Formats: sequence, structure tokens, C-alpha cells
Amino acid sequence: MTMTKGPTAQPPGPSEARPARRSHVPSDGTANARAVEAARRAMLDDTRPRHRTRIGADVVCEALLLQGVDLFFSYPGGVILPLYDVLGDYPQLRHVLVRHEQGGAHAADGFARVTGQVGVCMGTSGPGATNLVTGIGTAMLDSVPMVAITGNVPSALIGKDAFQEIDINGITLPMTKHNYLVRDANDLPRALAEAFHIARSGRPGPVHVDITKDALQQETSAPHPTHEEVVAGLPGFRPNLDANGRQLKLAAAELATAKRPVILAGHGVLHAEAWDELVAFAEKTQTPVAHTLLGIGAISEDHPLSYGFMGMHGWKHVNRAIQSADLLIAIGMRFDDRVTGNVRTYAPYARIVHVDIDPAEIGKNVAVEVPIVGDAKRVLAALLPLVEPVDPATRADYFAELAEWRRDSEGSSWHGSGAWREGVLSADYVIDRIGELSAHEATYVADVGQNQMWLARYAGFRHPNTHVSSGGLGTMGFSVPAAMGAALGRPDRETWAITGDGGFQMTSQELMTLTADKIPVKIALLDNKKLGMIRQWQEIIYAGNYHSAHLPGPDFAKLADAYGIPAFRARTPAEVDDVIKAAQAVDGPALVWFEIAEEQNIFPMMPAGKGLSDLIEKWGGADE
Amino acid sequence: MSADASSNGVVPEVAAASAASTSPAPARSAGPPPARALPGGGETRRHTLIAIVLDKPGVLNRVASLMRARNFNIDSLAVSRTDQPDVSRMTITLHGDDVAVEQAAKQLYRLIDVLKVQDVTAESVVAQELALVKIRATDSNRGEILKLVELSKGRVVDLAPESVVVEVTGPEAEIDGFVALVRSYGIKEIVRTGSVVMSRGSNSIEEAVKR
Ligand SMILES: Cc1ncc(C[n+]2csc(CCOP(=O)(O)OP(=O)(O)O)c2C)c(N)n1
Repeated sequence: MTMTKGPTAQPPGPSEARPARRSHVPSDGTANARAVEAARRAMLDDTRPRHRTRIGADVVCEALLLQGVDLFFSYPGGVILPLYDVLGDYPQLRHVLVRHEQGGAHAADGFARVTGQVGVCMGTSGPGATNLVTGIGTAMLDSVPMVAITGNVPSALIGKDAFQEIDINGITLPMTKHNYLVRDANDLPRALAEAFHIARSGRPGPVHVDITKDALQQETSAPHPTHEEVVAGLPGFRPNLDANGRQLKLAAAELATAKRPVILAGHGVLHAEAWDELVAFAEKTQTPVAHTLLGIGAISEDHPLSYGFMGMHGWKHVNRAIQSADLLIAIGMRFDDRVTGNVRTYAPYARIVHVDIDPAEIGKNVAVEVPIVGDAKRVLAALLPLVEPVDPATRADYFAELAEWRRDSEGSSWHGSGAWREGVLSADYVIDRIGELSAHEATYVADVGQNQMWLARYAGFRHPNTHVSSGGLGTMGFSVPAAMGAALGRPDRETWAITGDGGFQMTSQELMTLTADKIPVKIALLDNKKLGMIRQWQEIIYAGNYHSAHLPGPDFAKLADAYGIPAFRARTPAEVDDVIKAAQAVDGPALVWFEIAEEQNIFPMMPAGKGLSDLIEKWGGADE
Repeated sequence: MSADASSNGVVPEVAAASAASTSPAPARSAGPPPARALPGGGETRRHTLIAIVLDKPGVLNRVASLMRARNFNIDSLAVSRTDQPDVSRMTITLHGDDVAVEQAAKQLYRLIDVLKVQDVTAESVVAQELALVKIRATDSNRGEILKLVELSKGRVVDLAPESVVVEVTGPEAEIDGFVALVRSYGIKEIVRTGSVVMSRGSNSIEEAVKR
């Protein structure tokens, strides 16, 4: 049995080399910066014995390094101070001091979504931990690999309602993939190794590790377990990666007879990094690919077989294709109600092949004909040789009809002039311009509401993991902090946070983190002075009873300025390109304040409870 | 349903079997589209699940919390150790149609501490429950009660001037029968363990998860 101790072992490398990370240390590399750094450490050393022993807090840092983590988002507090006390000894670990723990959790989430690696956030007990909860829940519903670490009160005080004690383990239990309460430093290496393994393996998800203060302070020589030991210690966690051969043959047989097949690509394709396999499969079988909100980027929207975004605010042509399909091949998606609407009227002619890594997703929301449990990449790779190549000519009528539907639907509800009505700026146009001017090469992080749907429809996505959005939980306030993590995860890409004025006001404290850590996020604030999506529902479903839809905001330019962030403002289509370019030219974060139409709706819209064939495309005579 | 949600890579293939036929999709022009069948909706009955779990702190909480959050209603839950250290066994009875209960089993299987889940409803099992019933007794009716207890194969485990405590063991229905029988004397209190079940024959769910 081999045991590894300390951070000497090689961290598991990412599947592909990550681009070089920018250092945001002020004047990094200069003699002055080195002197500041040295003085800082000397100051810490003064307060503690030079040759201190290894404690639980060290185990946490070692474990992070062993897992290949060099960046995390955190906020200090009483019981997690033992960790902060040793952080200075691990200069390889970059600590980003957020301004609210929710921001830290979303940042870890954004980092994970663009890199495919586990994002890490931390906080103290009590309010620090509860502030993380929304971010953990967001990661849970979107199956994002995350490890959230919290301090807790000393183990002897647990259950005594000690200062800042809350049963955070009980709180995160139903909203994590797994969670731990560690009261003994000797248990820490295993708990942390398991947490990372669970978070990233199979269907990814967040894992929460709660550590008592005394465990962080306790001396320990417990070694870090090897990967094999971790796996052996988790007999109840054996993700099914390879599909059952018989099921694959059944799926191939379905495809052989289908005349109008559609592939539904979901987040699972991205998690499994199965984008190449998806394209190969679609091309060989000449099957158009529709995608879910989180499946954006699974196939480039440029690809001739990419058909577009499905569901409640998806494209009408995509929903029509699903409604008329005779076969759906769903890959790594879960038939969420935003995708199906009323299941009774969903895809009424289609047989369904459902590929998912989580057996519990199959048959949960819709009954399916061919269930396949497995990793999307492996399933598609195994399926490819079993399917007959399809001659595109045999699909000529089908493709012609799809093309006609697409022309029809893409033309409607699009404001190519940039104006929604005379003189007011249209949101779809703004998004389109951001996509164009960033050459579709940026990371685009959505908030929640209309802005999220405009982004999904109009930015034009070309690459996997360049679209980040809170799909399952629909967490307002997500975009700015998630973009913060995304920008640090992929510093080689420009990063845009797209947000409404409502969501922006929920987490705008992170503007300070952007400034302090020089994180170059470009924020596109789509300010309709409304809770736009709420206003739209109230207009269409609640007979125009606009209670609380109006949302006065501050002078956003002054706000940005107060944080030291350059701000640009556009009110007309003519100004749009200039402000986008101005923000791009800033070396660091920038805000672009788009004062858009106040009452623009996002169409089409499938009212809740209705079906994909019941799309509302106009209201009050306007197909806005 | 396939009784075992935990075997590698296999999801219930009841529905899949029909997929082998290459019946063409219904023609789109043939009248209004047929309604898509919802998962489940079949006949509701009582199911018994056996879950073999790691005996980690909070595992009972995880199981109970999951069943609550996913809207499954547990009728009874019995937990005990097994012959393996660190492994516990849960017997869960719940009401639902086959598909809903299969969902419950699959969701349980997602828990990291759950090693195996099996629906034994359709299998040949021994299912026993134990109950303690404290019955009001007087000098004049005690004899009568004791007679009933004897006929019901119960056992008196405590005898006091104004009460008797009776232990009865058997299938749930038998215990229901006994309780109904003595109700008229006055039941002061009752406690039941909930069903524990074991498959007949040499099959062993526990051996199947031996590490
Ligand atoms: C934390 C949170 N609270 C409430 C909601 C409900 N909600 C969904 S969209 C929306 C309006 C969003 O308004 P805004 O941020 O201005 O974006 P817009 O729709 O105008 O683009 C609200 C309140 C939510 N999704 N998240």
C-alpha cells in the first residue's frame, strides 16, 4: 500500500493544458512586489513558532494542492481563522477575497463551468455558511463540480447553539451530492480526497465539507490517501460509465428506421467533453441537433446540423421540429419542465432514446423507449460504429422543411435595426453586437430573466463551455460573481457578464472584488428599469397587474465609478458598438450600461403548464 | 419493474423490450396527436424496499430526507445492523405505483452511503413484524384476554394488576388482526417495529454487497 504525504505528489493534471494564468499581484515580478511579499510572510512568522507542526488547516491546503487547485474564493470568520493563519505558508494557493460568500460560491461555480475542474469556495460557520447555500444549490441543480468548505464551532460545542453555530450539515444535506462533518484532523485527508472525487466523478455536483475549528487546529500526521484508496473506501459510489451493449443496439435500430430524428443535447455533453463525439454522431446519422439552455456550446451554432435552442423561450422552429419528430435522442439532459412544457402534449409522435449518466434521470419526467445509462462521451463513441451512415439526400424533404421553419422563425421577433420601437434600444440587438464584436470567442455569463434568454438566443455560440448560466435554480445575481470565476479560469478568453438591473443589484458588491483583484470582467447591464421577466408574466398572464415589477435603480455609472470601474452608457442603437469597444479596450473590469426598452418582451414564450405547440409569439399586436 | 436499481449499467428494461420492434412512428397526418403517456400512473400498491447502507453518521437522515424531499411517503422504516461491520440494513415500506417506487429506489441509490437497493415486493419473502400491546385488564376479563393471546400465538411479557403487555410477532396482517381482536378491552399503548423482510431460499442481498 502506498501512501502519499504532503503536497509532494503530482496533482492530477487537467485533461488538456490550461492556458497560463495571469497574476494579479500589483507589479508582480518587481523587486518591490517581492519585498512586500517577504515582509508579509515575515510578519506572520513573527507571531508563530518558525517550526510549527502540521495541523488540520495544513491538511486542507495540502489537499487543495494535491487536487490541482491553485485558486479558491473565500471569506474569513472566527472558526475558519486557523486556516487563514496558515494560508501565508502556501503561496501557490491563490485566495480571492470575495465581498459576500454567495459571490464566492458563484465564482467557484463559474470557474468550474469554464474549466471542467472542481471549483472551490470557503466560508466561516453560521452566516458565512448560510451565505454559501444559494451558490451550492445553484451548482447542485446544474450538476457543477464544486467543493465548499466551511468552518464550524469546536466539536465540543456542536449542538449547543454556540455563537455562529447552525446545523449547516443538515441544511446542505438535501442540496449536495454528498456532505461531511469532520471533527478530527486525522479524518480530514480522506474526507477531502473523497469530496473531490465525488464532486468530479460520474454526474458532477457540489460536495460540502464542514470542519470544526478544533479539527483545523489539531496536530495530525495522517497521510493523504491514494486515488485507489479513495475509490475502495467508497463502495457505494460506482458511476456507470459504459452503456449496456444491448441498449446501444436498440438505439441504433431506432435510428435506422427514423425519418425525422432530432438529437437533444444537454449539459451532460459538456460535462463529458463529448462535443466531438456528438458532432461525429450527428454527421454520420445526419441528425439535426437541438440544445437545452445548458447544452449551448455542445455543437457550434455554425454547424449545418445545429438547429438551435429549445424550450420555453427557445426557437419556434426547434420546438416545431421536436413536436413533429419521430425519434428524440436525448443526451445528458433531463426533460426539465422548461424544456417539455406539458408532457402529455410533448413530442407526440416521437419514440425516445435517453442517454444519461444518472439512472434516476431516466423515466423520471418522461417515459422512454430506450434507456441508456452511461457517460455521454463513451456512449456516443460506442454508438457510432453501430449506426449506419445516412445519405443526406434521403433526408432532403425533412431538411427542406426544417430550413423553411427556421427562416420563418428566425425572422420574427428580431430587431435588426437595433430599435425595439422608435428611438428605444432593443435587447436582442445589444446581445447580437456583443457576440459579433467579441468574435463569438468570449465567455458569456448570463444572469436570470429576460437577459438570460436574450443571451441564449442571440449571442451565437461557437465553442463548448463559453456559455455559463444558472439553468436549474435560476439564481438572480449569478452573473457578475460567476463571471469573476470564469475570467480567472479562462484568462485567455474575454469574459462578459450579461445581467438585468434586478440581478445586478443582488450581488453588485463583487464589483469591489473585480477591482481589488483586477479581474477583467466586462459587464453588460441590460437596464430596463424593471424586473423584466416578472413584468412580462404580469402583462401576459396576470392581466397587466404590475405589482413590484418596476425597479428603481441607482445611477449605475456612478456606482461603477465608486468602485473604480470605468462605465459606458448607451441609449440608442448607434451608440452600441462604440460602448462595447470602449469596454473591451479597458485593461481590467468595465461596465456597459445599456438603457434598453422598458417593456420589451422575449418571444416566443411557452406559458407554464402549456405545451411546446402553444407558443405565444405576439402580445398586443406586437411581435416584440 | 426490475427489482435491482443498483446493478451496473442496467436500467429497467421493461419498456426497452418493446423497442426492439421496428414499428413505424405514427403518421403525422392521422388526426390529432396521441397524448404522451406520463411515467407511472399505474396501480398504487405497497412496496417493500431493502437498502443496504454504510453505517455512517447521518445515513438514516439522508434516507429520510431524500424520501421527504422527493415526495415519497414512507409507511414504515426499520433499521438494523448486519453481520458485516459498518453495514446496516433498512427495510422501507411505501405506497406508490411501480414507476414511482422505482424512482425512489434509483434516487436512494444516488446516495453515496447506499450500497444496494432492492424492491422485493414481487419476490418470495418472509415478512415479519413485532408488536408490543399493553391491554387494559381487570380480574374479571384477564382470563379471557390470556386465552385470546394464546390462540393468537402471542406471548405475555408483563402482567400487572390493571394491564397485560403482549408480544405478538408475524406478518403485518396478523398483527392487525390481533389488535382488532383485543381493541374492545382497551389498548393503553402499542408499539410496532414495522416489517422486516428477508428473501426465501439461499439468495442473500448482504452477500451481494460483501466487500
Ligand atoms: C434570487 C431570485 N429571486 C427572484 C427570482 C424570480 N425572478 C426571475 S426573473 C426575475 C426578474 C429579473 O429582472 P432583471 O434582473 O432586471 O432581469 P430582466 O428580466 O429584466 O432581464 C425575477 C425577480 C429569481 N429568479 N431569483
